[in-house]
Amino acid sequence: MVNDLSAKARTLREHIVHLAADSPGAHVGGSMSAVEILTTLYFDGVLRVDPANPDDPQRDRLIFSKGHSSAAYYAALAEAGFFPVSELDTYKKSGSRLAGHPHTGIPGVELATGSLGHGLPVGVGLAMADSDVRVFVIVGDGECQEGSIWEAAMAAAHYRLDNLVVIVDRNGIQEDGPTEEIMALEPFADKWRAFGWATVEVDGHDIGELSNVLHEVPLTWGRPTCVIAKTVKGKGLSFSENTNTWHYGHLSEDLKAQALRELGGVR
Amino acid sequence: MTALADLREGLRFDPAVTTAFEACRMAQLDLALEDPRVMSVEADLGDCWGLKFREEMPDRFLDFGIAEASAVGAAAGLAMSGKRPFLNTFGTFALMRAAEQVRLDICYHRAPVVIAGMFTGIAAGFSGPTHHAIEDVSVARSLPNLTVIAPADAVQAYDATKAAFALGAPVYLRLGVEPGPQVYDAHEPFEIGRGRVLREGGSLTIVTCGVTIVPEVLKAASLLGDARVVDMPTIKPIDRDLLVRCARETGRVVTVEEHSTIGGLGSAVAEVLAEDAPVPLRMVGLPDAFVKEIGDYGEQLRRHGLDAAGIEREVRAWLS
Repeated sequence: MVNDLSAKARTLREHIVHLAADSPGAHVGGSMSAVEILTTLYFDGVLRVDPANPDDPQRDRLIFSKGHSSAAYYAALAEAGFFPVSELDTYKKSGSRLAGHPHTGIPGVELATGSLGHGLPVGVGLAMADSDVRVFVIVGDGECQEGSIWEAAMAAAHYRLDNLVVIVDRNGIQEDGPTEEIMALEPFADKWRAFGWATVEVDGHDIGELSNVLHEVPLTWGRPTCVIAKTVKGKGLSFSENTNTWHYGHLSEDLKAQALRELGGVR
Repeated sequence: MTALADLREGLRFDPAVTTAFEACRMAQLDLALEDPRVMSVEADLGDCWGLKFREEMPDRFLDFGIAEASAVGAAAGLAMSGKRPFLNTFGTFALMRAAEQVRLDICYHRAPVVIAGMFTGIAAGFSGPTHHAIEDVSVARSLPNLTVIAPADAVQAYDATKAAFALGAPVYLRLGVEPGPQVYDAHEPFEIGRGRVLREGGSLTIVTCGVTIVPEVLKAASLLGDARVVDMPTIKPIDRDLLVRCARETGRVVTVEEHSTIGGLGSAVAEVLAEDAPVPLRMVGLPDAFVKEIGDYGEQLRRHGLDAAGIEREVRAWLS
């Protein structure tokens, strides 16, 4: 099973490479770091969503709050069947609905995001509206510098929203550099715990570890869950790992070929 | 003026001493009693006329504390899931501190949240410039999908609240803070997007809106004589047909508002007239400046020429 999921993760990464090469550019780093998180949610049976019935009122809600990493998100939505995989070729093309940042005109997208710090407050409202609906919010670590994140973190704990799960893509690097140099977040897990969240840190590229945690939420009844997924910015490509150089960029044909070779297959 | 209680069965407030915001709260409670989807979303200002709602349905009175970004975002989330939240806070805090949440979470997603803004204009005279909302309409009017309504009194505020709820779309209600003189002596179905001629006249039209200001304009009009008065509670979408007709019939238009003349009612009227019925126009309102003096509401209005005498003076000076 994990092998199948690893193959799916590789497919998502290949899509991201194509999107970054065949468009003006994409947020490569944050897309690559989020791949295993999305893979586990969509393809390991965590998320109860049905592309054939996308408006089911009882569906799990996934808010992809770090909307700039749309390349990864769209790849996952397409592979999950929300729209044809072939439509990925229209990413950021004139007239396409696949904008650089997700919006609700795209099947499967719950919230327009990319202006950071919006997903968690809205997720709190969604979770409050129906305690039987589970709400997952994927946020970036740099995004957690937004005050609205901590306002919502307070509210979620105050209202004991154990149907709310935040997954932080803790890749350690934001646009201008390492988070700890730009605006330090550590001690990060302690902050979430202090705000009243059941908090766990996992290897964000270990699908087995992610799967174990995400199938077990809520970690504590009566508390919201925070999963800090420790990831590598730009994961999977030698030139994009652990650097902010590929926070955003366009892949040349040479880099695209290299990237696909490194991912282990040429399509 | 006829006591409202005589005119309508079941009315529980004295409109002469009830603020528009309080009337809005009453409408919210009445709606909540009929409809389980109604929620009150608060940012630590529930104490302002919201306690009855909290007492009657505490589980639907959701306080987010002093945290407007979270309150607005959560209100949007609640609305997306089928709830019908009213967001009750000061106009400045909803539309300026949390402007981007209003824009994206509520307006972009057409989340049916009614934002009930209190402490609008300069009515909080002693509170100082931090608590004046003199730019809120300008912000609200520029946001796509947002309807903007400034009722003239408590009676209209009650009716407008019900209409805003029925619209099922984002609405900003601008509600002042002081009780103003009564304009409407009976409830009536509030039609969003429709202005109303309150006083006939042929030599000019004064277009206005808002608590206290509409009655001051009516007084000014009687001092001026042949002046038509239009109450324009819906600033967006504005009643174009009525504006064009009045401009053509009276040849001159004055706007009066308790708001900066940049982006408010005057601007909305100017946009219509410039395109469809260009006539001489005078915009009476607050200057493009922070209000630094403090004072009671009446004094503040006098200072800025927004009392009846000031409006009359301004119009006469313009006409001469």
